Amino acid sequence: MIQLITMAFRDLARNKRRSFFSALALGMGLGVLLTVAAFINGEMSGALDTSLRFESGHLQVRAENYDINKTSLAWKDLIENPADLASKIASLAPVQAATARLFASGIVASGNDTRGVRIIGIDPASPANDMYKKGMLRGEFLTTDDHEGILIGEALAKKLGLDVGSSFTLLTNTSNGDVIEQPFTVRGIFSTGITGYDLGTVFLPLTKAQAITGTNNHASTIFVLLHDKNQADAVKAALTGSQYKILTWMDMNQLLTQTENMANSFMVIFYLIILGITGTVITNTLVMTVYERTREIGILSAIGMKSWRIMIMFLTESFALGLGGILLGYVIGGAMVWYFSTYGYYIGNMGLSASGGLLLQDTIYAQLTMPDTIKLSIVALIVAVLAGLNPAFMASRMEPVDALRGK
Amino acid sequence: MEVTKIENVTRVYKIGTVETRALRGVNLTIENGEFTALVGPSGSGKTTLLQLIGCLDQPSSGSVWVDGKDVTRLNRDQRADMRKGHIGFIFQFFALIPTLTAYENIEMPLLLNGHSPAERRERVTELLKAVDLTERANNRPDQMSGGQQQRVAIARALATRPALILADEPTANLDTQNGEQVMEIMTRLNKETGVTFVFATHDPRVIKYARRVVTLRDGLIVSE
Repeated sequence: MIQLITMAFRDLARNKRRSFFSALALGMGLGVLLTVAAFINGEMSGALDTSLRFESGHLQVRAENYDINKTSLAWKDLIENPADLASKIASLAPVQAATARLFASGIVASGNDTRGVRIIGIDPASPANDMYKKGMLRGEFLTTDDHEGILIGEALAKKLGLDVGSSFTLLTNTSNGDVIEQPFTVRGIFSTGITGYDLGTVFLPLTKAQAITGTNNHASTIFVLLHDKNQADAVKAALTGSQYKILTWMDMNQLLTQTENMANSFMVIFYLIILGITGTVITNTLVMTVYERTREIGILSAIGMKSWRIMIMFLTESFALGLGGILLGYVIGGAMVWYFSTYGYYIGNMGLSASGGLLLQDTIYAQLTMPDTIKLSIVALIVAVLAGLNPAFMASRMEPVDALRGK
Repeated sequence: MEVTKIENVTRVYKIGTVETRALRGVNLTIENGEFTALVGPSGSGKTTLLQLIGCLDQPSSGSVWVDGKDVTRLNRDQRADMRKGHIGFIFQFFALIPTLTAYENIEMPLLLNGHSPAERRERVTELLKAVDLTERANNRPDQMSGGQQQRVAIARALATRPALILADEPTANLDTQNGEQVMEIMTRLNKETGVTFVFATHDPRVIKYARRVVTLRDGLIVSE
């Protein structure tokens, strides 16, 4: 076997340029696939991370009847005394922070421009809202007793020509079905990196939001962050039995999971097409090699090498080409993944600000995982060996007397 | 004792509708230890006869026996086994594997026969000495002259101590001096080891070394 391996590598070295370009074809194919896998992973990881930070958190506690898509403000659909509940939940060991939030629909009117927004009432002092503080671009973050201040997104500010200190009117509905309008002053401008979210979301202190919507001591949800998101099921189990609906991040991100699964299913077909095309280059190279070495095959057969050994010899060459291709793929793919993981790829406003949608950041950062790398490398190697099957079979079926004549 | 026996062998090649009768009913027996030349003009059938004896090809009719075995209807892998254990080849174009050194070329038949590393090392060293190429052990064919390559081919043919060595025009690509050197080595090895040599040639300089000459013409033996 060692002799066969030695012969395989030396035979490939006979025509270094051809062997290199054959391996390069596979390497380019693998490099592209590694990059695509890294993009998908980066996009999905980014979307999940974004959702966990800004939308779903690790856990949410809601009233049994609450439908987040309807943004109901009826008291029967809300949680009463949310601060107490949040405090109790925060006392659980796996919980990092728990805070009440109120959701309402509204319209921002400034001059002749208007824009529909989602109003989120938050407790500015809660550490669960620190990610918004980190996203502040200008101005100040809210305080609990701020009755006039509002935070708007960078995209909304640009859209309506607003800045820190600007005033505008906010229209919103109330718990008894009325519509009220209130003047607000832009206290600060934030950016989450998701244009759609920044365009469609404004923040008020929870007490102010409760006051203008007539919800008093009620909240839409208790937003919970855990030290380890994998503890979500355990915390859910601990809270089950109360009159509330408990949702884990997995429950709230099913669309993301389904999207990821669908993307991965489509990508399998894409992978096979790319690798199949690059595999034909290896087949072509080895067929040429078989024709060039017909007499040599005859010699080996003449000195007693059996068909299966001749076949193994050529399959070893395709295996070696596959290994070379994988190494080149790592270099090419590694360079592309490094670039896009460092600088990202700007895709623009693809995110949806409405709850239940996918929160895709404007810029995707590639993330290559070890399982993806190993999986694609193994598939590439298998494709390389399969590409060598036909030429190896051709070589093994040659009659020695014909091969010695060069036929 | 017979090393090979050919009984009423024919070989017909068909290319499209055209039939070529390379052998037309040949009977031949080669005894152990012979140093026999098959001679005749081009197209007389001497190479075809050599290929049939060497299990590289199969007759259209008749039977071929090698080392006591009927090899007439063996399949491809069974014929490979016969060649591996019983027959050595020397070709006019040297037929060395270009990516292997002289040592590795001689070692190849021993590898195929499952000899241990120690056995292979001992045998290859012995053979390199026998053909006076010890200093060329690590050279590849493109680093050796034609005569040196043919000596490596002789050593490879002898590696597994076969009963029979078949040489097809062994000196055709060599100059006079190298050709004579190769024939002298083959003659010496035949005398020292008793291995049977059968070679196909039309070179008179080679024929003079043979102890038996079998003449073919138009696919038939005309004299021996």
